[in-house]
Amino acid sequence: MIPDISKIRKDFPILDQKVHGKPLIYFDNAATSQRPIQVIERMDEFSLRTNANIHRATHYLANKTTEAFEASRETVRQYINAAEAAEVIFTHGTTESINLVAFSFGEAFINAGDEVIVTEMEHHANIVPWQMMCERRGAVLKVLPFNDNGELQIELLDSLITNKTKILAVAHVSNTLGTVNPIREIILKAHLKNVPVLIDGAQGAPHFKIDVQELACDFYAFSGHKLYGPTGIGALYGKRKWLDKMPPYMGGGEMIDRVTFAKTTYNQLPYKFEAGTPNYVGAIGFSAAIKYIQSLDRQAIIAYEHDLLTVATEKLKQIEGLKIYGEASVKAGLICFNIEGVHPFDLGTLLDQLGIAVRTGRLCADPVMDHYGVENMVRASFAFYNTFDEINAFYKALIRLKAMF
Amino acid sequence: MTIDEIQQEIVEEFSGFEDWMDKYAYLIEIGNEMAPIDAKYKIESNLIRGCQSRVWLQQEFTDGKIKFIAESDALIVKGLVALLLRIYSNRTPKEILESEPRFIDEIGLRQHLSPTRSNGLLAMVKQMKLYALAYEKISAKK
Repeated sequence: MIPDISKIRKDFPILDQKVHGKPLIYFDNAATSQRPIQVIERMDEFSLRTNANIHRATHYLANKTTEAFEASRETVRQYINAAEAAEVIFTHGTTESINLVAFSFGEAFINAGDEVIVTEMEHHANIVPWQMMCERRGAVLKVLPFNDNGELQIELLDSLITNKTKILAVAHVSNTLGTVNPIREIILKAHLKNVPVLIDGAQGAPHFKIDVQELACDFYAFSGHKLYGPTGIGALYGKRKWLDKMPPYMGGGEMIDRVTFAKTTYNQLPYKFEAGTPNYVGAIGFSAAIKYIQSLDRQAIIAYEHDLLTVATEKLKQIEGLKIYGEASVKAGLICFNIEGVHPFDLGTLLDQLGIAVRTGRLCADPVMDHYGVENMVRASFAFYNTFDEINAFYKALIRLKAMF
Repeated sequence: MTIDEIQQEIVEEFSGFEDWMDKYAYLIEIGNEMAPIDAKYKIESNLIRGCQSRVWLQQEFTDGKIKFIAESDALIVKGLVALLLRIYSNRTPKEILESEPRFIDEIGLRQHLSPTRSNGLLAMVKQMKLYALAYEKISAKK
């Protein structure tokens, strides 16, 4: 069934506005998605009526907050089908989730001479934390390349994984190429050699149903604000068998069992990894966003998003001199491109004047820029509240602006 | 002409454009007309790196005046760079230090000088002022 997009758009009041006198067309969803009124109201209501610190006091508001926070954890658990809620750790977002694993897994399992594999298409957030850890532990960072279509060269994986490989980190969906990576196959290959796998799900979780048990991934990291929720909240899923053996990432309140100056023992999962007062308002908003998505016909939404991408790709390809970066056979959510002779910054500036919000720049993916030998790209990224009319207006705007150069 | 008079001249040039499209088209035209700078100036040490567009800035100090040579890889920024050079190049350090690029605000392109745009333009103005400050001190010592 085709989802009723005009009804859905009513849930996102921010979309109904004019920018520079033109109706807003928001195509920067891969950077951050907009929040439905249901999320905003839930967070407001919570702040107005319930707010208190969690897990610490016996009073009414503290208990209500703790309940709401733990219920949010359960919502996230269900959303990704984790085996238990303790395997869901609340973080600031995907970046912190990956840093947590890079640090704590590194401390526990990685030594001098060991190897870590990332891919050439990763966001900086799935490169730099591993580099930092490798420097600290004396390990080596190895890179699985992609071909010019933007597809990972999976055939190289078997030779890339050695008996020194300790972990592999890969994006579910590339934030520049839009490639949906064959993570099942990657996980299978890695597991055959006993290498655990972290999935950067920042761009994957918004577009697909995630089942971490079926995927059998060891870690899955994602953010609330790309999933129609608030900023400053995200989650790390980790298999208990790893999380139990990993030391804490940060020290502080809540993460401890007992503190003495001689020795401190740590709390159990997931609290061991949640030092300090967590962003419980964010977690509650995150949970409201997941519930909102679950209230929609997910299959229909996924199909609709796919259609948006297909139509946009076909339209853009009609523009002479326009080059799309990333033409993998399976893509989701976004298109990166350049128009010959037009600097992305100029294009972004002019599109903005037409009310169209896109991302321009290096997209936190320098290696992808280097692969194609470009300094910048333009990225249009879509969400289920976008329409075919908007894509048409975008196409016309590009034609009009291209003529200015 | 003084810096202020040139700024006024630019403001008047832009006042004829009612549509923002025309304004940007004019900036693009100015950018296009700007003679490309010698490749020897496009070096790392001259690069003012914004996240979005790159600006190269080189200066020469002769007869008490600073000559600026600059370029950007983005045309709109290049157009603005051309305007900045028209105002600030071949001026004494004192003139540069005492004048703000108010024309950008007045022609309705203020957003380009906001720090959030990270297009290198704000950094370019700062850098030009820093050079002016440095040469003023050098001149004072002589």
